[in-house]
Parts: sequence; structure tokens; C-alpha cells
Amino acid sequence: MTVEKPHTPQEAAELVAAALTADAPLEIIGTGSRRALGRPVSADRMLDMSGLTGISLHEPEELVLTAAAGTPLAEIEAALAEKGQMLAFEPPDFSHLLGGVEQGRGTLGGMVACGLSGPRRIRTGAVRDHVLGFAGITGRAEIFKSGGRVMKNVTGFDLSKLICGSWGSLAVLTEVTLKVLPAPEATATLRFRGLDARRAVRLMTAAMRAPAEVSGAAHLPADVHPDGSLTCIRLEGFAPSVMARAEMLKGLLAEFGTPEMMEDAESRIFWGKIRDVAPLADDRQAFVWRICCPPAQGGEVAETLREMILESRLFLDWAGGLIWLAVPPSAHASAEMVRGAISGTGGHAMLFRAPEDVRHRLPVFHPQPEPLAEVTARIRAAFDPRDILNPGRMHPSEKREG
Amino acid sequence: MSQPVMPGPDTSVITRKDEIARDLRELCPQAVVIVSPAELRAYETDGLTAYRQPPLLTVLPSDTGEVSRILRYCHEQEVRIVPRGAGTSLSGGALPLADAVLLAMTRFDRILDIDLDNRTATVQPGVTNLAITKAVEGEGFYYAPDPSSQIACTIGGNVAENAGGVHCLKYGLTTNNILGLEMVLVDGSVIRLGGKHLDPDGYDLLGLMIGSEGLMGVVTEVTVRLLPAPPCARAVLAGFDTAEDAGRCVAEIISAGIIPAGMEMMDRPAIHAAEAFVKAGYPLDVEALLIVEVDGPEVEVDDLTARVRRIATDCGARTLRVSQSEEERLRFWAGRKAAFPAVGRISPDYYCMDGTIPRNRLPEVLARIEEMSRQYGLDCANVFHAGDGNLHPLILYDANQADELERAEHFGADILRLCVEVGGVLTGEHGVGVEKRDLMPEMFSETDLKVQERVKCALDPGQLLNPGKVFPQLKGCGEITGFSVREIEERFPDIPRF
Ligand SMILES: Cc1cc2nc3c(=O)[nH]c(=O)nc-3n(C[C@H](O)[C@H](O)[C@H](O)COP(=O)(O)OP(=O)(O)OC[C@H]3O[C@@H](n4cnc5c(N)ncnc54)[C@H](O)[C@@H]3O)c2cc1C
Repeated sequence: MTVEKPHTPQEAAELVAAALTADAPLEIIGTGSRRALGRPVSADRMLDMSGLTGISLHEPEELVLTAAAGTPLAEIEAALAEKGQMLAFEPPDFSHLLGGVEQGRGTLGGMVACGLSGPRRIRTGAVRDHVLGFAGITGRAEIFKSGGRVMKNVTGFDLSKLICGSWGSLAVLTEVTLKVLPAPEATATLRFRGLDARRAVRLMTAAMRAPAEVSGAAHLPADVHPDGSLTCIRLEGFAPSVMARAEMLKGLLAEFGTPEMMEDAESRIFWGKIRDVAPLADDRQAFVWRICCPPAQGGEVAETLREMILESRLFLDWAGGLIWLAVPPSAHASAEMVRGAISGTGGHAMLFRAPEDVRHRLPVFHPQPEPLAEVTARIRAAFDPRDILNPGRMHPSEKREG
Repeated sequence: MSQPVMPGPDTSVITRKDEIARDLRELCPQAVVIVSPAELRAYETDGLTAYRQPPLLTVLPSDTGEVSRILRYCHEQEVRIVPRGAGTSLSGGALPLADAVLLAMTRFDRILDIDLDNRTATVQPGVTNLAITKAVEGEGFYYAPDPSSQIACTIGGNVAENAGGVHCLKYGLTTNNILGLEMVLVDGSVIRLGGKHLDPDGYDLLGLMIGSEGLMGVVTEVTVRLLPAPPCARAVLAGFDTAEDAGRCVAEIISAGIIPAGMEMMDRPAIHAAEAFVKAGYPLDVEALLIVEVDGPEVEVDDLTARVRRIATDCGARTLRVSQSEEERLRFWAGRKAAFPAVGRISPDYYCMDGTIPRNRLPEVLARIEEMSRQYGLDCANVFHAGDGNLHPLILYDANQADELERAEHFGADILRLCVEVGGVLTGEHGVGVEKRDLMPEMFSETDLKVQERVKCALDPGQLLNPGKVFPQLKGCGEITGFSVREIEERFPDIPRF
């Protein structure tokens, strides 16, 4: 594999142009930390964006940060932490789950391209809710920008949303501007024990319906937490407020038992593990699915999955709206059963961890019904008419895979 | 009066008006089809009343099947379509065209499903913004984005414009509060995006559609995110001698890690107009007034109110009041929420601008607006979503005076150019529409615009949906979507070869 490593947007554009003239597609990478996600790309050449680095703007009192796309996420999070700020959507660290700890937390561009968020998504939104603007290069080798650096902006189409979670199939990101938020002054987690998934989701639903600003709601069944199931509710904010909300919830949730309180440090470790899918990371053989469904249906879906797929293990985040499921390895990856279990809910499932050949063969992303699949293809062609950027990453590329 | 240049009307369509009306009545016997010039007058303008143009005809469908049939028909017949909600757009987004069918969505007025366990409401697009909150407030929930027009504007229009409100600093714009859409594409096909779950299953088309100003499809169903109403909310009213002091206070509050539920600023003319209109109890001897609202559990509100008071005092607030009751809190807001009509009372006409700036440039921007105001000989009142930098200068003019509208338009354009110059944008929440269309090149390069236009072409290659809005020039889709490697070789004559 040839690796091209530009250091400026102009160099990157030239490399895309060269790829176009040679009709030789590019696989775009940051540090490669998320390379094992999605379908394998059909390209012999890599465009390594880790040479475009640096935070060019951080104005804490304006809640804004701009950095080159190849900037390590760790660097950004450190700069924010120094000012008491954070990326509110808690970008996960998949290095343990996917294997490849040496690639670290990855880059800003990779984070945006994959668009994956952690437990706090239920309260503060996803990556897409925090991207204010970006610059990039289309599959026509054009340098362009979209959005801006201000909090409120409806000037032109909101391509920032489109670019989040486009897996490098629309543009090569060169720069991203993010909304950043103050880190909470205090954190507390209520921990309930011994509930099954259905009851746990009822608990989480009740907590979410209360005006308690819950910023994390997860359930670990006994199969991933051998000491017995845990159902955890996180509260964050100003200390007096956190205490008051914790008391309110204790009263409201009394029918589910008396919770223990996890204090700051323990709470941080716990939610870090949920964020990074640690409960399913150790069994290296299992395939892992990421399932989104309406949160209140999460308990039903989880029980159905567990009954249908022998030896599967799972846990729930997002108050039931996100299910991480590990299934025994197989050629079919239990895909029909997984997608069958959510078919009535409007949700979707992504085959998150599986060997390359399986991810090549099976639809990794949820298959889309016809008018939508067509729209997706036309939008991709608008940005990348020659399938030059990450071909095959999301859906098979007719041009590149024959 | 300066009417914006719109795409040249297709006279063959205009001459076929009766036939089109007949066909639409046949396709949709339940829909209302309006053809009489007198009745069409009701649709000739939206909230930007300076621009007027009656549509070819207006059709009011009431279900998705009808919308689908209407669009398929218009698509086949190459008839243009302008979608319309309540017609409160301030950027001329719903301005009709002489040769276009106006698709008025107000009969889509049903709330379809309220699912409090999933914290969602699914409604038809003609339901008003406020009606959603009204439907769930008894259960202790609300829909967060609250444009000042919320009594009238529709959720479909909010989706199309990505509307904001005074509470979006903490709770986000429309786009952060929508979970699902059903839409009809220009060829009549129906798609569903999102639902009650989080995160998309492919490209975030939901995010792309929100704020697309009726250019990509017609929204026929909306699933919104509901939030539990905070148990307590309180507003602090702080008056300052200078906009600088008020601006510093805003920055200090954010720097203290506080994200207030709302943080609004008004300048002296806006304060006086609002006070005269609603008697909110605003101090009249200050240059800038801040309303800072905090919400949450009572202890948090007590705590934050105290912190905000301290910061305001340190920043030189010369009057400081905290709402003592729910009535008083609402009264503080009443003045701000009625600021536009209040200004409407003191001037025959006003022109509302909507740029956003990096907050720390506020004093400089206000000073330059004042300078322009003198230069153009027109007064200006400023209301400002201070927390997120969204500025609403209201330019006062009298359309009956020879060139005042034209001067107001130039003044407005200069303000928006200034916003871009200091690192901001042309519009924070009202949309580009026809109004800011020709200013788009101030902010975007030709390539930036082309990239956006290609997305439009991917969804509406015949450019039948709401033409003449958002983009300065209508190029044919063929011209901008085509691609050849030769073009690359011309643009990059000496690139390395693989
Ligand atoms: C006094 C006043 C105060 C305002 N305050 C605010 C404010 O605080 N914040 C704010 O953001 N805005 C505000 N606005 C602007 C306006 O109310 C919003 O833009 C609102 O979202 C428009 O909704 P509408 O139903 O009136 O849509 P319309 O004006 O009818 O249409 C607006 C756009 O949406 C499109 N559209 C409408 N319905 C559909 C549909 N079903 N499918 C596809 N496209 C559709 C139209 O084509 C048009 O482009 C204010 C306006 C007024 C008059």
C-alpha cells in the first residue's frame, strides 16, 4: 500500500487530483484508529491526513475551537481540559474494542467522519450537534468550506450535518470548527443493582421523563457484569444542583430499590468504560453490533435479541436507545436476527466489529429502502462522481468492486 | 421599490393555469385549490412584506398522498412549486412566483402521536410551534425551540428554516431537537428520515433537510424531541451604561461555566419601544439591557442567580432585578418577545436583520451600526441573542418616503457584510431566502456555493422546488454537476503523477 502524506490542504487537493487523473482511489486515514470500522475500502493508496495538525483557534469564552483535521483528539481534549472545557458528546476511544492501542484516540477528522458519540449524547447531542463548520476537499479535488465559527448559523445548507458520519465518502476533511462546552463542576452516579433489562429500561425511562437532566443512563446485565446487573444514572452540573437532582431521583425511583452513589472518580471510570464499549472488548472473537432503537423499546429489543441469539451478550446505553451486542462469530454474523429484532421499531443496526472478509460481504450499515438508497447514491455522486474517496466504505462501490 | 430578480416566469405555464388547476382538483378532490386573483392576494407575501408576488395558484393539501400526487404532477409538467407554512418567514422564503404553484401546508394541522416514554411528539408540519408545547405541557413537557413567532409559525416552516429562539443557547436550534421527518421529494416519492431513535443509519439526511428552505422536498410529518419542563426558572434583568459592559458581562457568565437558558440584550431604542408597548418594567435610563434566564432545580436556580448577580455587579450593572414570581419572569420576557411588533409601532415600517457575530466583537459592531445609521439617515434598534452572538438590528423606515426602503436595504446589506467581515455569518436563524441570496458570495466562494448547489441538484435536478431562493444565480444542474478528468488536468497542470 502506498501512503501519501500531505501537510497542507493544497497538497491534499493535489493528491486527490492525482488520484483522479490516475483513476486510483484513496483510502483516507487519520491515525487509522477507526480503520476497522465500516466496510473495507477498495483502494491501493492511502491519504494519511495526520500531517495536517494544530489548533488554530480556541476562544473559551466564545465556546469555540478550530483545528486541522489531523490534530490528535488527545491534544484537543487536553487543550480544552486546561480551560475547564470539554467535547460534550464524549467521543469514544475504540482502540481497545477494535484492537490497535498504538493508534491512540485518533484524530479530529476521524472523529467527525465517523460521527460516533458517547453516553452524554442523550443530553447534549451528538458530534453532529457540535460541528459549527469545516473545510475539506471534494472528490473533484476542490477545496471548499461550509458553516462558520459562530453558534447560530443557517446560511446555506447545513453540510456540517451531512459530513458527520459520512465516513470519508463525501470529502477529505482538512479543518473543523467545534462548539465546546464547560466541563461539569460535579458528577454523581446512582447505581441500582439486580434489575433485568426490561425493568432497567423502565427505570431509565422514568429518570429521563423527570426534569433531572440525566446525562448518562446505562444498564449492564449480569452477563457482562458478573457481580450482578447494574443500572446507572449519571447527573452532572453544579454541585448543589447535582445533589438536589440525585435526591429527587432517589425518591422517584424508589420502587426500583435504593441506589448506591458513585462519586466523581469512580463515576468517571465507569462512564469511560461504557463510552468505549469496554464490557464487550475483551472477548476478541465475538462480533459486535451497534444497535439504535427508540429508547423505551430498548428493554424489549434486548430481551428478544438475547432469546434469539444463543451466547450473545449485550449492554444498553442512551437510556435503552443504544444496544451494544456481542454475538458468536459466524459467516452470517446473526445479521438477519439482529435486524429482524428491530424491524418494527424504525431503528437500525451496524455491524461494528467483525473480520474484514465478513464486513466486506455483509451490509455493515443498515440496508436502506429504495428511494433513500437512491438519494444517498446521488448525494455521494454530487461530491465524488468518480468514487475516488473511500470507495466501498459505506456501501459496495459498483465502479471499484466490479 | 426594489423587487428581487426572480427566475424568469415560464409563460407557457402561466397560460396553462386553468388546466393545471383542473388537473390538481382532479388528482386531489379533497384539496382546496385557489385561483381567484382576489383570494391569491392573501398569499402574495410572507413576513418580509417588502416583496410581493401573487402565485399562479395556491393548493392546500391535507395528506401525504395528495402532496405526493401534486409534486409528481408538477414534476412531470415542469411546474415550479413554492412550499409555504404560516408565511412568517422574514427572508422571503415563502415568496411566491408568478408561474409557481404555492403549496400551503396549513391544513396539515394534526398531532399524530405523543410518546412521553420516548420523549417525542409526531405531528403534521402545519401544527404551530406553540401548539406542540401546549399539547404536552399538562404532562410537564415542552418543545424547546421557541421563535418569537411561535404562536403563528408552523413546525414545517421551523424545520425548513432551522428556526431558533431565545432558548437555543442551552437547548439548541430546531436541528438539535428534531428526530424524524417524512418528506415528499420532487418526483412524488416519499422518504422517512430518522424516527424515535438517535443517530442516522447512513448519511445524516435529516440534518441536511433541516434548514434547506423548501429547496429539497416537502416535509409532511415531523417527530420532535420533547424535554421535561425545568421545575424552576428565573430571569435576571440587568441594565448597563454601555454595550461594552453588557457584552463583558455575557462573556464573564459563560467563562464562569454557566450556560444560561437564555441571554438576551437590547439597546436603548429597543428598550424604549418594548417598554412603551408592553410595560415590562424595563429601566429607561440605560444603554443596554440584559435578560439572563437560568433554569433547573430550585437550588441550582438560586445558586446561579446569585452567581449571575455577582458577575453583573462586577461588570458595572447599574440596575439589577431578579424575577420574584412566574408572572414577573414572563413580563421580563414579554418585552423582548414583542420587540419586533413594538418597533413596528414606533415606525411605519421596519426591516429586521439577522446576522451572527463572534460575541466579543459586539461593541465594535454596534458602534459601526450606529455610524451607518447616521450615514443612511435611518434609525436602528438592536435586539440581540447575546449568548450565541445572533444580532437582530431593526432598521426603521417609511416605505412611503421616496427611497427609504432602498436605503434600508443597503443599510441592512452593509450590516450583514460587517458580520461576515468580523468572522460571523449572514443569517443566524431567519434563513437566506430571497433576501440574503445575493449576499451569499460575501461568505462563500464560487466553489463553496457549487458544492451546495450540487446537493440541491441531487435532490431536485429540474430545480422546481422553491427556485430563486438561497442561491444567487440559478445555473442549470448539468453545468455544475458534470465532471471530466480533463478539467482536473487544466486546474492542476503540474501535479505529481501516481
Ligand atoms: C414577529 C416575528 C418573529 C420571529 N421570530 C423568530 C425567531 O425568534 N426565531 C426564528 O428563527 N425565526 C423567527 N421568525 C421567522 C419565522 O417565524 C420562522 O422562520 C419560521 O420558522 C417560519 O415558519 P412558517 O411556518 O411561517 O414558514 P413560512 O414562512 O411559510 O415558510 C418558510 C420557509 O419554509 C418553507 N416551508 C414551509 N413549510 C414547509 C414544508 N412543510 N416543507 C418544506 N418547506 C416548507 C417555505 O418554502 C419557506 O422557504 C419570526 C418572524 C416574525 C414575523
